[in-house]
Amino acid sequence: MNDTVLRVENISKHFPRTGYALKNVSLEVKKGEVICLIGPSGSGKSTFLRCINLLEHISEGSIEFKGEYIGRESVQDSKSLEKKAQKRQKKMKRKDSLHAHLARERIGMVFQNFNLFSHLSILDNVCLAPCKVKKEPLDQAQKKAKALLERVGLFNKQNDYPSELSGGQQQRVAIARALAMDPELLLFDEPTSALDPETIKEVLDVMQTLAVEGRTMLIATHEMGFAKAVSDRVCFMDSGQIIESGIPQDFFAQPKEERTREFLSHIL
Amino acid sequence: MDRINDPNNLNSDKFSWRVSLGGALGLLVLLPIVKPDPFLDIIKFVPDGIGVTLIVTLGSIFVASIIAILVGIGRSYNKVLNRVLSIYVEIFRGIPLLVQVFYVYFVLGRFLSLPREGSAILALSLCYGAYMAEIVRAGIISIPRGQIEAATALGMNKIQIYQHVIIPQAFRIILPPFGNEFIMLVKDSSLVSIIAVSDLMRRGREYASATFNYFEAFTIVALMYLVLTLCLSKFVSLLEARMSLEVRRKKTRE
Repeated sequence: MNDTVLRVENISKHFPRTGYALKNVSLEVKKGEVICLIGPSGSGKSTFLRCINLLEHISEGSIEFKGEYIGRESVQDSKSLEKKAQKRQKKMKRKDSLHAHLARERIGMVFQNFNLFSHLSILDNVCLAPCKVKKEPLDQAQKKAKALLERVGLFNKQNDYPSELSGGQQQRVAIARALAMDPELLLFDEPTSALDPETIKEVLDVMQTLAVEGRTMLIATHEMGFAKAVSDRVCFMDSGQIIESGIPQDFFAQPKEERTREFLSHIL
Repeated sequence: MDRINDPNNLNSDKFSWRVSLGGALGLLVLLPIVKPDPFLDIIKFVPDGIGVTLIVTLGSIFVASIIAILVGIGRSYNKVLNRVLSIYVEIFRGIPLLVQVFYVYFVLGRFLSLPREGSAILALSLCYGAYMAEIVRAGIISIPRGQIEAATALGMNKIQIYQHVIIPQAFRIILPPFGNEFIMLVKDSSLVSIIAVSDLMRRGREYASATFNYFEAFTIVALMYLVLTLCLSKFVSLLEARMSLEVRRKKTRE
C-alpha cells in the first residue's frame, strides 16, 4: 500500500467543444515504476498527464498522490446534489486543492516543447523553482543545479540562454529543471517528439539513466524501442481509454486486443 | 529573426537621430543670429515654458506608467478585475483628450482643488494610462503559454509566475511601444495650454498673439518640442539597449 505513488481512479475529462478526451481511465503507479503510454496522436496521452499534474481539471473520478486526494470530482452534476452534500463536497475540494498545490511541487513534468524560461540563463532556469518555491538559499540551489546540469551533460552551457541551445540540449535542461525540485514522480509528455532523430538519442539516454536509478516515471512517447527497453509496463491508449496494458515483452510480442495489433503493425 | 534581438535595431537609428537633433539645435542657434528681430525675443520669452512642459510630461509619464502596469496586470490576472478595469480603458480611450483635460480641470480639479498642473497631469495620466494598459496587457498575453504551464508544474503560484516569468519578459516587449507613447505624451502635453498651464505651447501663443509673429513663434515652439522628443527617444533607446538580451548575455558571460 505504502509504495503506491499515484492512484488514478476512473477519471474522465470532458471538453465543451470536442467531447470526452478521457473516459474512465484508471492507473496505479508504484514507487520506482516506469510506465510508458503509447498510442496515436489525440488518444488522450497528453491530457492524461496534464490531468495528473492538475494543469487540466478532471470532470469525473479521483486522483490520489501518496495517499492524498489531489483531485476529486463526483459523477453527479452539482445541481442534483442536495445542499448538505454540496457543502461537504466544496469543503472536500478546498482540502484537495491544498494538497494539489503541494503535490505539484513533488510531481515534475517535462513538456514536448521544452518550455524553458527564455529570459533566464540555463542555470537560472534550473534554480528558479527551488529558490522561489522551496525557498532554498541561492548558493545551495546553484550548487545542486550545477550538479544536475553536469549529469545531463550541459555543465559548460550554464551561462547560455535557451535560444542558443539545440532542441535536445533544451530538453535536457528541462529535465534538469524538473529534477531540481526532487520530484517523487516524473511526467514526460512526448519529450522527444519535437526533436530530430539524432538528438532524440541524447534525451533518451538521460531518461534511461533516470529509469535505472529507480525514479518513478510516467512517459507518453512514440519511441517504441525506448518503451520496450526501459519500461516496466506499457499502456496503450486510444480515443481516451487505456485499451491494453502489460509488461513490454508480452505487450509487443503478443498484444491481446485487435486495436493494439493494428497500431503496432503500423509502427513496427 | 536577426533584427529582433539585434542591439542596433532600436527605437531610433543613430544617424537619423543625430541629423534631426543637429538640425533642430542648429536652427535654434542660427535663427536668432541671422534674424534677431523677432527670434531673439522669442528665444528669451518662450523657454520659460520648457520647465512646465517637462514637469507635466514627466509627471504624466510616471503616473500613466504606474496606472498602465497595474491595470494591464489586473486585466490579465483575474476575470472580475478584467471586467471592471476594461470599463476604465474603454471610457478613457474613447473620449478625446482635450475633452478630458477640460473635464478634469473644471470638474475634478475644482472639486479636489488641484493646481492647474495637477489637473493637467491627472488628465494626461488617465488617458494615457488607458492606452498603455492595453500595451501592457498585450505584452503579458504574448508570453508563451507553455512557459506559464511549466512554471505551474514546478509548483510556483500565480504571483510568483507573474513576478519571475511573465513580467520580466513582458517588460522587454512593452518597452518600445511605451517609448512611442512617451513621445506622444510630450506632444499632447501641449493640449494642457488650454487650461492656462503656461507650458511651451502657451508661451508661444502668448508671444504670438501679442506681437502677431505667429510663424516665427511657432517655428521656435516646434523646434523646442522636437528637441525634447528627440532627447526622450534617445533615453528610450538606451533603456532598450540595456534591456536587450544580447547585452544581458554578455554580462552573464563576464
